[in-house]
Parts: sequence; C-alpha cells; structure tokens
Amino acid sequence: MIEYFNEYIIVLIALLICVIMSIIRVVRGPTAPDRIVGLDTINTIVISSMVIFGAAFREVIYIDVAIVYALLSFISTLFIAKYLEGGDY
Amino acid sequence: MLGLIVDVIIYIFLIIGVFFNFLAGFGLLRFPDVYTRLHAGTKCTTFGSIFITGSVIILGLKMWYLGSADGSVLAIHTAGALIAILLTNPTGAHAIARAAHRSGVKPVAAIVDGLDEMNKKTIKKPNEKKEVKK
Repeated sequence: MIEYFNEYIIVLIALLICVIMSIIRVVRGPTAPDRIVGLDTINTIVISSMVIFGAAFREVIYIDVAIVYALLSFISTLFIAKYLEGGDY
Repeated sequence: MLGLIVDVIIYIFLIIGVFFNFLAGFGLLRFPDVYTRLHAGTKCTTFGSIFITGSVIILGLKMWYLGSADGSVLAIHTAGALIAILLTNPTGAHAIARAAHRSGVKPVAAIVDGLDEMNKKTIKKPNEKKEVKK
C-alpha cells in the first residue's frame, strides 16, 4: 500500500479542471495563436501539478521530471512561435 | 504549535495557487482576443505556480526541520523547478505575442496599432533584412 496525502490529491483534481478548461480553448480557438496560448497554459499547469504529485507521494523523482518538462516545453513553445512568425529560418 | 502554524501557511499557499490557476483557465475561456487570453493564461499561471511550488518548499523545510533526510532534497529540487518556471514562462509568452503580431492577428477592439506604425517608420520588415544578409 502506497501512502499518500489527501490534501494534495484534492489540489491535483482542481488543477485537472483547469487543464480541461484550457483544452476547450485549444479545440475551439479561432486562430492558431489562440491554440498555442492554450498549449502554453497547459504546460505550466502540468509542471505545477507534477510538483504537487511529488509532494503527495513524497517522491523527489517527479520534481526532476517537472524541471526537464519545463525546459523542453519552453523550447517547443519557442519553435512553434518561430514557425508562426513566418519567413525562412 | 510551530508545526500547526506551518501547516496553516502551507494550506493558504495551496489555496492561493489553485485559485489563480483556476482564474487562468476561466480567463482563457472568457476573453475575446489573443492578447487578452495571453494576459490571462500566462500571468495567472506564473503567479499560481510560484505559490504552489512555494508551499512545497515550505513542506520540505518543515520535513527537514523535523529530522527527515528527504526534506532538504525535496526543497532544493522544488526550488530548481521554481527557477525554471520563472525563467521560461515570461520568455515564451513574449515569443508568442511577437509571433501573433507578426503573423497578422490584430486586437479586437483596437483603433490605433502603435507597434505597427513604429515598424513601418523605423525598422525594415524582418524578411527584407534577412535577404540583405544573404
């Protein structure tokens, strides 16, 4: 039986609702930058929820995953923005 | 007594962080424009993530104070995650806003576009500048 702490699980469920609200914007967005704003918001919420997950199960490895996810999602956001901007690169 | 006060501080930080993340999702649904959605979706998540990671840092310091060896590792790695969020999130938002303006998306109710006028006056278009380099 893995022990966990209930208050952080409640916070995780609340963050899941925020992710669902952002996914609605990604699906409905009229232009391409709207969808990218939704994706960027989802990335940040996923980082903070990974930190909460690591605190809920008292495991440090999830927080390391959060750091790597932050850096990789930053690079992907920069490249999608560069692609939207047009021109040759 | 000290542990109770620290627990209350951790819960208050968690509530503030979840509230601001919820505001980010709500503003992303309700605002009419790319730039206002960017305003809601980036600033609120940055502020909320600062408070959520801050609560986990305080939790790690409390565990370290109570004699657990995992607490210091938890606090230091969470501080690394906080620094990563603080460095990358505003930079990504700035890149998205610049790309949206250059790809031709206008603000909804705007009459005067000052950035566009300034680009026409002083700076050449970025595509022309790259052709000069070749």
